[in-house]
Amino acid sequence: MQISEDVIREIVTQVLQGMEVPQPAKTTALAGRAMRLVEKGEVRPGSKADEVIIALAPAFGKYQNKTIVNLPHSDVLREIIAGVEEEGLRARVIRVLRTSDVAFAAHDATRLSGSGIAVGIQSRGTTVIHQKDLPPLSNLELFPQSPLLDLEAYRAIGRNAAKYAKGESPTPVPTRNDQMARPKYQAKAAVLHIKETEHVVPGAKPVEIDVQF
Amino acid sequence: MKRQKRFEVLAARPVNQDGFVVEWPEVGLIAMGSPSDPVPSIKIEQGRVVELDGIPRAKMDFIDQFIADYAIDVKKAEKAMAMDNLAIARMLVDVNVPREEIIQVAGGLTPAKIVAVLNTMNVVEMMMALQKMRARKTPSNQCHITNVNDNPVLIAADAAEAAMRGFDEMETTVAVVRYAPFNALSMLVGGQVGRGGVLIQCALEEATELQLGMRGITAYAETISVYGTENVFVDGDDTPWSKGFLASAYASRGLKMRFTSGTGSEVQMGYAEGKSMLYLEVRCIMVTKGAGVQGLQNGSVSCIGVPAAVPSGIRAVLAENLCTTMMDLEVASSNDQTFTHSDIRRTARTLMQMLPGTDFICSGYGGIPNYDNMFAGSNWDVDDYDDWNIIQRDLQVDGGLKPVSEEAVIAVRNKAARALQAVYRELGFPAITDEEVEAATYAHGSKDMPPRNVVEDLKAAQEMMSRGVTGLDVVKALAKNGFEDLANNVLGLLKQRVSGDYLHTAAILDKEFNVISAVNNRNDYRGPGTGYRISPERWEEIKNISQAVKPSDFDI
Repeated sequence: MQISEDVIREIVTQVLQGMEVPQPAKTTALAGRAMRLVEKGEVRPGSKADEVIIALAPAFGKYQNKTIVNLPHSDVLREIIAGVEEEGLRARVIRVLRTSDVAFAAHDATRLSGSGIAVGIQSRGTTVIHQKDLPPLSNLELFPQSPLLDLEAYRAIGRNAAKYAKGESPTPVPTRNDQMARPKYQAKAAVLHIKETEHVVPGAKPVEIDVQF
Repeated sequence: MKRQKRFEVLAARPVNQDGFVVEWPEVGLIAMGSPSDPVPSIKIEQGRVVELDGIPRAKMDFIDQFIADYAIDVKKAEKAMAMDNLAIARMLVDVNVPREEIIQVAGGLTPAKIVAVLNTMNVVEMMMALQKMRARKTPSNQCHITNVNDNPVLIAADAAEAAMRGFDEMETTVAVVRYAPFNALSMLVGGQVGRGGVLIQCALEEATELQLGMRGITAYAETISVYGTENVFVDGDDTPWSKGFLASAYASRGLKMRFTSGTGSEVQMGYAEGKSMLYLEVRCIMVTKGAGVQGLQNGSVSCIGVPAAVPSGIRAVLAENLCTTMMDLEVASSNDQTFTHSDIRRTARTLMQMLPGTDFICSGYGGIPNYDNMFAGSNWDVDDYDDWNIIQRDLQVDGGLKPVSEEAVIAVRNKAARALQAVYRELGFPAITDEEVEAATYAHGSKDMPPRNVVEDLKAAQEMMSRGVTGLDVVKALAKNGFEDLANNVLGLLKQRVSGDYLHTAAILDKEFNVISAVNNRNDYRGPGTGYRISPERWEEIKNISQAVKPSDFDI
């Protein structure tokens, strides 16, 4: 079967439109605030213990601009940063290019983070708080059900990441569970991840990002 | 457009809240028969596969190479590959062809050839084949036991009830990873209250999962995932060889284990290479076979929303279960995670495995309410127990469960919670109050439980690992606190590590801790009057539901 680029694009659009359904997470207007992600070259390892790295997956805020439930990436990133800053720490943002796997992206970042703590986030919204020296597929806190994450949750994630960086043992961000998230969103999640993975650059080093709101 | 009223009603039906996608082969959103699926072929030189499904050895990726070297019997391959697809499919369905004969043929087939055979079959034919091909004669069932707060008292009570209801294996996982040792401990204690000999596992990151097994806190493992494309393996920092090595680590400690895979995972991970989900899954099944592992959990598992969204996806899921049995492996056939809002659709999906019977029809059935299911929900949960039991009764089919009385459930839930209370006291963990015991005994789920101090629990759970607490410490704590019978059951599980008999294909333990496996309970189905038949005792268990009116209930 021969399918042209345009036909595929049309199908994707139709599929995505067909999957627009009422959203369980609270969402704000799609537009969100303006955000510029300026790439500053290769990431240097941090030496300050008061930083948390936020590791963006390859397409976050660049080729995709909203999560699976249409939260603007700018708002999401701002909330995580605000959560970290609320605890008196600094958030450093990087983009991981070699993988779109959220666990490995975050784990790469923990090795560059002065505190050894990093938050990893995919374009669809899946998020993890990771710590250096844990196995890559382990974590401090994992938020696998991206359709259930709202802006308050992202802020709490930033806050907890900062608390771990300070050596505290925070109460984990309450886990949400919706058994109907999979039936509704899994195919869409797959498409978003395929689109993320297209921007993986095998072997590439992470890039430092200057976030301008 | 003015809406037609029937269409308005249809649009509001649960099934129309599900996500569906048209076939999109370029990214692998196709269940069976992608135009990019390879054409079957094999070339053997000097006892070595030099070409597999059109790929010469020099161009093989590591999955092809692993399959070529370890999963294909070169002595049988040329003859088996020369057979017509339909001839093999008919052997699968024909009750006069014994299982053993098909195992011989299947051992010589390449992934593309197996897919070509499965492509010719409809679901009824696949169900006929599955009935004959599953390894263990007696079908069985597995459940999930988790909750959204990782409440340990509730896990113990839920495990006890589930074991009493008939599950032979039980699986937990975590909301917060650091709770893992506690969840596993609750399963160990609670499970053995419900019925001695129930096998338990804790699905986690692989190193921690192995460690809990080695400590004797868990009895088997299942979450060792394999994938159908090289990129997905690499993304997880793995290869077929590293997974094989991990499998050996379990075997060397006398621990039962199986791999996990499923259609849709490669699409979900973004690396399907344009191949059909079934073709990629057959590669996973053959990697499992090549690694020498006794069994596989498959049937899409957590990716079920992906095949379920495309045409013929649920048929592909049945096909992958069947393929696993053709490789002479134990099959834990999924029917676990939610994929639909529709009760009709979820039942139809399960009948594919429930009617023929598999080694574990669900892997697992939610032994908790779905809001507490940390595998993100199961296709079946506690609110469906009576539906499941009555489907068994309607069709005289053994789905592994049995009706139980409310009094008996209250008793085992309470005993499990009290036993865990004693173990916590003995091991110096944060106290379990009598109020918690009472709440767990009567709870529907976590919303009925008083909150625990999570930070204190997490510290104690870490300490349980750093202090080196083992299954034997649990045995001692139980014995010392008047739970002799329970201590004996936990010890009985630990003894299996030494004998190793439950490493045989498709092994489960009965309540006397005897191993029932594909070795001593071999599936010998050859048509009517053969294979597994429900015994008169088992039929009594299944048919006697308390809801049924008896003649003595009429006073006329």
